[in-house]
Amino acid sequence: MADSGVTDEPITKDGVHRAKTEGKELTKEEKQRLRKEKKQQKKNKERKDEKASQESEKKKKNKEEKPVSAAAPASQPPTQPSTQKAPSAVPAPAPVPVPVSETPALADKPAKSKADLKAERRARQEAERASKQAATSKPKAPPNELQPVVKRLPEHVQVDNPGVLKKLAKKLERQQIPLRSDYGYKVSLFSHLHQYSRKAPLTQQLSIPSTVIHPAIVRLGLQYSQGIVAGSNARSVALLHAFKQVIRDYTTPPNEELSRDLVNKLKPYISFLNQCRPLSASMGNAIKYIKKEISNIPSQCKEEEAKSKLLSCIECYIDEKIILAAKAIAKSSIEKINNGDVILVYGCSSLVNHILCEAFEKNIKFRVIVVDSRPRLEGREALRRLVQRGISCTYVLISAVSYILPEVSKVFLGAHALLANGYVMSRVGTSQIALVAKAFNVPVLVCCETYKFCERVQTDSFVSNELDDPDDLIVTRKGKTQLEHWQDVPSLGLLNLVYDVTPPDFVDLVITDLGMIPCTSVPVVLRVKNVDQ
Amino acid sequence: MELQAVLMAAGGGSRMTDLTYNTPKPMLPVGNKPLMWYPLNLLERVGFEEVIVITTKEVQKMMVADPKMKIDVKMKLDVVCIQEDGDMGTADALRHIQQKIKTDVLVVSCDLITDVALHEVVDLFRAHNATLAMLMSNAHEFTETVPGQKGKKKTAEQRDFVGVDQSGKRLLFMANEADLEDGLSIRKSIMRTHPRMHIKTGLVDAHLYCLKKAVVDFLADNKSISSIRGELVPYLVRKQFSKTTNSPKIKDDAENQNQKTNDGSTNHELLISSRDESLLQLAQERSCWNDHRGDMSEAYHGGKLRCYVHIIDQGLCCRVNTLAAYIEANRLAPKLFEEPAVHPSAGISERCQMGSDSIIGALCQVADKTSIKRSTLGNSTTVKEKVKVTNSIIMHGVTIEEGCNIQGSVICSNAVIGRGADLKYCLVGNGQRIEPEAERTNEVIVGTDQLMEI
Repeated sequence: MADSGVTDEPITKDGVHRAKTEGKELTKEEKQRLRKEKKQQKKNKERKDEKASQESEKKKKNKEEKPVSAAAPASQPPTQPSTQKAPSAVPAPAPVPVPVSETPALADKPAKSKADLKAERRARQEAERASKQAATSKPKAPPNELQPVVKRLPEHVQVDNPGVLKKLAKKLERQQIPLRSDYGYKVSLFSHLHQYSRKAPLTQQLSIPSTVIHPAIVRLGLQYSQGIVAGSNARSVALLHAFKQVIRDYTTPPNEELSRDLVNKLKPYISFLNQCRPLSASMGNAIKYIKKEISNIPSQCKEEEAKSKLLSCIECYIDEKIILAAKAIAKSSIEKINNGDVILVYGCSSLVNHILCEAFEKNIKFRVIVVDSRPRLEGREALRRLVQRGISCTYVLISAVSYILPEVSKVFLGAHALLANGYVMSRVGTSQIALVAKAFNVPVLVCCETYKFCERVQTDSFVSNELDDPDDLIVTRKGKTQLEHWQDVPSLGLLNLVYDVTPPDFVDLVITDLGMIPCTSVPVVLRVKNVDQ
Repeated sequence: MELQAVLMAAGGGSRMTDLTYNTPKPMLPVGNKPLMWYPLNLLERVGFEEVIVITTKEVQKMMVADPKMKIDVKMKLDVVCIQEDGDMGTADALRHIQQKIKTDVLVVSCDLITDVALHEVVDLFRAHNATLAMLMSNAHEFTETVPGQKGKKKTAEQRDFVGVDQSGKRLLFMANEADLEDGLSIRKSIMRTHPRMHIKTGLVDAHLYCLKKAVVDFLADNKSISSIRGELVPYLVRKQFSKTTNSPKIKDDAENQNQKTNDGSTNHELLISSRDESLLQLAQERSCWNDHRGDMSEAYHGGKLRCYVHIIDQGLCCRVNTLAAYIEANRLAPKLFEEPAVHPSAGISERCQMGSDSIIGALCQVADKTSIKRSTLGNSTTVKEKVKVTNSIIMHGVTIEEGCNIQGSVICSNAVIGRGADLKYCLVGNGQRIEPEAERTNEVIVGTDQLMEI
């Protein structure tokens, strides 16, 4: 081994030992250092070889260094490796590995001692840093990996974790909201989600003239849990309507500030609504907006003025994000609908229905195929609305979609939310439609307003979903109800999923109020939105 | 505040005058509690903190004196007195307290004994933004023999026809047999929107109504409506399908004018719109829900006025407005509360045979060798030796001398039954004295002054 190797080895061993005791954050850096050490040793070895072989080794080094430099920026923050590697002979993880690697090879002989010294210094620095980290024992690496603005994403639902359930129960008790109990046997893959029964509403456990929760919110929660208000846009509008009533009836208690107290008042209401039915992404964004507006109210503002300002903010939000957005999306979508088109829609999306009705007003000749699925059978409502306008429609169930697709020229889908990695979260069955459409080479267009864009990332439909009442799957035909006593059969579970995610490969275009964008541009939109706010 | 509770306790009990000529109906003891305690208890259990009680001065005095009312009822009772002899209907009473009503109102009658989950009715009211939500129950036949009834009298009660839709929740039609002169006629507009209607006749109206505040304001303007059950509810049910409330654009103005004049008494329309109506409309439009399917119309057929009913099949729901109902209620009421059957202050001797389904009131004195089965004994009653009481209701302050045999009877307060009397299926009025060794069967024994009232 070379001289540098001798001096390095004991320290290397200490560093490795420390890495093993302190955990993962050091292993990557440690590995890199080891790799560098090995390279150094190799260089020292190869220095003895002929120069002809050095050139081939340069190539080898390049290959080795490239993965190192590729790994480094991914795992290391830009600051730390620069302190370590700048003095070193090994190239920095900057995007120029090739020319830098040449220099140590050429300047090998005179740089040998320099390299040794540098290696020793580096090792010492490493040791010091390791000892500092041992003292503080803070995981520095993971938080620094993300961008400086870290947003707290909502915790995933974990119903099968008793610790999390206990925390939730405590939080609800503090807010004086009753806890809704789960119903029936849950399929094991989805046992981490809540499953409620529509026959056991949350109002059973509330006092009738509800004093803790504003009556408008109780009414809203009931309408959510019974499905009277369903659909992403409808739920958001109804939520904002209820919030308007809450704000109107609100009076600031003495010694409190409206900006802080009102937000605290809204928290139990939001928990209540969450218990009635899990919040949708659009509702979440609307709530964030309102909370921000409330917190931004200056403290010297009078109560009446503040309330009227908030009410106008809400109206403005609805106008901009829902009504005008629908108009803008309709305008863009109409360009995509041509005469003679056969358009396939799935379920009942208020936005897609609006687009089709607008297109029909513009006298474009097209016909629609409405695809529907059990147990919700929302397609019937979409069918009614389209036929009422005079659009000629065909109605099929989702099992027939591959038979009907050869006729279809375009597929228009609505979305419940658009996730940050470009996946589309929508009613269960949408991903199937998109998949079959892709197989038939039919373009799939998703229409979604920007306020439904969500910072969550999901690649499968299991992690975060919603389980509806399993009794909805029970149907009576010819007087016989086969699944009536499903609870008595121990190995039988009824699964009534509400949402699924469609990968961006199946979606050709997303039409939003900002224009027509590809599915993968969602994070850009989110970033632009955050910068605006 | 979401709902205000109003208890109507001014009724006279016109169908059980034998019981009520001395004790007003709200204070009749059922299971040794005054009758109006039951709806108050229901409201309290559900979470109400304040109730407006509309009653007469007499009842108010008795309420204050009664220990049960003072101790058990923890809510704040706002008592409004009205004239007893004035012909005030329930709607008139609501009009009287219109100033106190600030939000939607829940009207309960004082003679309702039920254990229904009240949230079912109120949920219908909230979820569908209904104007009226009421409670009805499938009636059960009364099996006990009613004292004073000669033979099996087939109740010639006028039937109520109640029409509900497919789901059984929406009220489409309500009429009493008395109002239908020549057959049951159903409007075409109802049949067009609801082609399938279930008409039921065996339902008992529990007289529990959730009404919107707009209805109370409407009542204030329309003084011709005097009874909630008799006039207001059928009016609201009919109004659901009237053209004026549904379509803002009316084709034939003349027709509309005619309709208005025919309605005659109703000068002012029921204003049901709320603030931010446009937002509610928007939410409903964007929502993919419809309450019916098969036709081209939107949810609720675009109607703003909606009436809902919750019909219960099981459970106790009993209105004490006849003697038979009173007896039945005494039988069933003890199941509603978990108080001990025998009041701790009662003095029961050891050699007394008491059935487990009997109730003994406070400060009772029951002597040896008595047998009390399936009966209720009121407060401060004295029962001497060798008495057999079966299937009877004995009110407060009654004295029963030795050797009596009382079966299936109702003995009102402060009566005295002489020794050795044998009463079967009798009703003994207030303060009456039954002579010793009397044998009465199926009689109503009341004072001569009572007999004069018709």
